[in-house]
Amino acid sequence: MTQKIIVDPVTRIEGHLKVEVEVDNGVVVDARCTGTMFRGLELIMQGRDPRDAQQIMIRICSVCPLAHSNAAALALDSAFGIEPPPNGRILRNLMFGSNYLQSHILHFFHLAALDYVKGPDVPPFVPRYQADYRLPDAINKAAVDRYLQALQMRRKAHEMLAIWSGRVPGMQGIVPGGATETVNAQKIIDFKFRLAELIDFVDNVYVPTVQAVAEAYADWFDIGRGPKNLLAFGGFPLEEGPDHVAKKKFFPSGVYIGGKDAPLDPDKVTEQVKYSWYADDIAKSPTEAVVKPEPTKPEAYSWLKAPRYAGHVMEVGPLARQWVMGTKEVRALGDKAFSVMGRHFARAIEASQIAHAMDEWVMQLQPGEPVATPYEIPKEERQGIGLVEGSRGALGHWHKIEGGRTAVYNAVVPTTWNCSPRDDLGQRGAVEQALLGVTVKDANNPVELVRIVRAFDPCLACAIHLMTPDKKEIAQFIVG
Amino acid sequence: MPTRLSRREFMRLCAGSAAGIAMSGLLAPYLAEAAEAGLPPVIWIQGASCTGCAVSLLNTVHPDIENVLLKIISLRYQPNVMAAAGDLAINEALFKTAAENKGKFYLVVEGAVPTGADGLFCTVGERDGKPITFTSMLAELASQAAAVLNFGTCSCFGGIPAADPNPTGCVSVPEFLKGKNITMINVPGCPPHPDWMVGTIAQVLLYGLPEVDTFGRPTMFFGRMIHDNCERRQYFDNGIFAEKFGDPGCMLQLGCKGPLAYCDASTRGWNNGVNWCVRCGGTCVGCTDPEFPNWTMYERMSELAAWPTISASADTIGLVLGAATALGIGGHLAGNVFAGRFKGKPHEEE
Repeated sequence: MTQKIIVDPVTRIEGHLKVEVEVDNGVVVDARCTGTMFRGLELIMQGRDPRDAQQIMIRICSVCPLAHSNAAALALDSAFGIEPPPNGRILRNLMFGSNYLQSHILHFFHLAALDYVKGPDVPPFVPRYQADYRLPDAINKAAVDRYLQALQMRRKAHEMLAIWSGRVPGMQGIVPGGATETVNAQKIIDFKFRLAELIDFVDNVYVPTVQAVAEAYADWFDIGRGPKNLLAFGGFPLEEGPDHVAKKKFFPSGVYIGGKDAPLDPDKVTEQVKYSWYADDIAKSPTEAVVKPEPTKPEAYSWLKAPRYAGHVMEVGPLARQWVMGTKEVRALGDKAFSVMGRHFARAIEASQIAHAMDEWVMQLQPGEPVATPYEIPKEERQGIGLVEGSRGALGHWHKIEGGRTAVYNAVVPTTWNCSPRDDLGQRGAVEQALLGVTVKDANNPVELVRIVRAFDPCLACAIHLMTPDKKEIAQFIVG
Repeated sequence: MPTRLSRREFMRLCAGSAAGIAMSGLLAPYLAEAAEAGLPPVIWIQGASCTGCAVSLLNTVHPDIENVLLKIISLRYQPNVMAAAGDLAINEALFKTAAENKGKFYLVVEGAVPTGADGLFCTVGERDGKPITFTSMLAELASQAAAVLNFGTCSCFGGIPAADPNPTGCVSVPEFLKGKNITMINVPGCPPHPDWMVGTIAQVLLYGLPEVDTFGRPTMFFGRMIHDNCERRQYFDNGIFAEKFGDPGCMLQLGCKGPLAYCDASTRGWNNGVNWCVRCGGTCVGCTDPEFPNWTMYERMSELAAWPTISASADTIGLVLGAATALGIGGHLAGNVFAGRFKGKPHEEE
C-alpha cells in the first residue's frame, strides 16, 4: 500500500524547502524536493554597475556569503582582466576559510545534531519528532553541552573573519581586485590566536563528536546513497596567475562519474527547467540562460532548476571535495562514504584541514604590501566567470558585462545541484535519489527523511535566487 | 534584587555602549526578573530572506545566544534552529502557540513580503494539505501578535528583493500591514547588529515600546549618522580621500554612504567589536536606510533621495540630514564645501 509523506517546511536548514515522498510498506519508492521561494536577485543585478554584484550577490545567502563574495569577486576580476596581489588572494582565503569553520560547526551541531541528540525539553528544542535517539544518557548530555559550546565557537569564527571583513554577515572586506583591510602584525597575531582556539575545538570536540554519533548510528553509513557522481569546481587558490580557474588550489577541481575520475570542464554545465516553475524555451548554458517564472506551470514542482554536468546528476559538497581530493580516510570508506554519516564525516575532516591550512596561510601575509589591484570598468563586452567551493559545494557565477553595466548574471549554486527536481530526461536530483529505498518507520515522525536531507546541508536561498529573464515579460507577469 | 534602571538610563546605556562592551549583558538580571512570570513567547518567520538576520542574532555576545534562548525569550518557532519540522512545526509550534498566546506573543519577521503571483513566490509550509503562502501566514499571525518586530531591512523597507525591478512584487511588512492598526518596530540593517535586535527585545520587555524616528527605527540605535561618528572623519575634514582600496583616507570617493546612513555601527563595532564596515577599509553601504540598495555601491554619492520629499546631492546631503536631526554635520560640511577642501569628482549625471 503506498502512502504519501510530506515534510513542509524542512527546518534546520537555510531557506524554504519541502520534501514529498511516496512510501510502499514503509519504504520510499519516489521522492520530490521542492524549493518554495523565488526572489530573482540576478534580475536585480541586470543593468546595474557590475561592481554592485559584490554587495547584491553576497545577499543571496548569509549563511555562506563568503562563497558568493569570492565567486562574485573572481567573476569581476576575470571580466576586468585583473588579479589580486598575494595579500589580496590570501586575505580572501582566510575570510572564506573562517566562514567554512563557522558554517561546518553550525551545520553539524545546530542544524543536524538534533536528529541524533535529544535537546533540552524547552523551545526551540521541543516539540521534536519521536525517534530512535540512541546516545547513552552521559554522551547525550555531553553532546548538548557541546551544542552550546559550539554556539560560542561559531560566533568566534565570525569574529576572526571580521578582523578582515569589517563585519559578517554583510561583509565589506572583499572587492574586485582583492581585499580592503590592510595587513599588520597585530591583525595577523590576533587572527592566529583566535584560530588556535578554533583548531582546538574542531580537532578535539567537533571531529570526536561526529565520530561518537557515527558509531551509535553506524547503519547510517548505508543509508542515503545518492547518484554517486561527484563534482568539485575547486577552491582556495594557492598561487598567482591570470586565470583563476586553472590555478593550483587547496581543494582541487574534478569530477567522479560512474566510478571514474576526470578533470573538470566548466562548459559541460547546463541547467534544465522541465520540472521547474519557469518557461521551457531557454538556453541551457549559464552564460546565456534567459528564463521567466511560471508559478502555475503544470507538472513543475520546484523553484530550483536542474543543473547537470554532461547530462549527469551530480552531488556537490564536502563529500565531493574530499573524494575528488583523494582524502585517504574518505576514499577508504568506499561505498559507505556515499551516505548520511559519510557526508557528516567528510565535512568534519574538511573543517580540520582548512583550519590547519589557514594557520599557515596567515603567516604568508606581508605587512605593508598592497591588498588590492586598482582597475577601470571596461566599456566593451566582457564575460566573467567565478568558480569556487562554497562550504556547501561547487558554486559558479557567470557575469556578462556590456557598456559598463551588468547584462547577464547567473549563479549556479550547490543546493541547486543537490536538491534539484527531475531534469528533462526525468532523472531525479541527488537528494531525491538519496531518499529512495529508506524505510520510514513512522509516517508521523519521518526523522529518516530529514536526516538524509540535512546531511547535504541544503541552502535554499542560494538555490533560488535566479535569474536572467526577459525584462519585459517579467514586468508584464507581475502586473498581471 | 537589582535596582531597576529608568527608561532614560536604559536608553543612554544602549546608545552609549562602546565597542566590545555590548549593553545587553548588563541587563541580564533585570530580564530574568521580567521573565519570572514565564518567558514571553516569540515566533520568528521568514519570507523573502537570506537568513542573515538570524545568523547575526546568533552572533550576540552579551547576553550570548544560549542565554537569549533559555533565559530571555521562549522561541517557539524559528525555521533555522527549531527541532521540529513539517506538520509538527506548523501545527504545534506555530499555530498552536499563536492560538494559545493570542495578544501575548511577539512576531519577528525576517525578509520582505513577496506579493506577486498571489503569494506563490514564497510558500512556507502546508496546512490541511494546502501550501501556506508567506503573505497569508503573516497576515494571520500579525493580527494576533502583541507586536510585530521587523528585523532587517527587507522586512522594514523591502530591501534587496524589492530592489528594481522587484521581480516578485516584494513589499515591506509595514506596507503589507498598512491600515491594520498593528504595533510594529523596525530594526533595519543588512543584517541588523545583534545588539539592535536583543536590545529592542529588552526594551519592549522591560519598558515597553521604544522611541522611534520617522522610519519606525528605535532612536537609541539609529539616532546618529555614520559620517558624524566615523573614525575616518578627520580625513574628511582635512580633505584626504582614499583613491583605491587599501588607502588611508575618507572612503567617500569609493562609494561610502556614511553621510546618509543612520546607525551606531561606527561606535559599537561589529562581531564583538572586532571591526566595522569602514574601519576595515570598506565602505558603508547604507544598509539601515529605507532606500537601500537603490544606489550604486562603489560610486561616490551623487543624486540621492534623502528624505521622502527631498533629494540632495552628496555635497548637500549632510546639510539636509544634519538639519533634520541635530547639530554637527551641517556646519562641518558647509565649511568644507565653501573652503573648497571638498575634493569631489564631477558628477557624471549632472
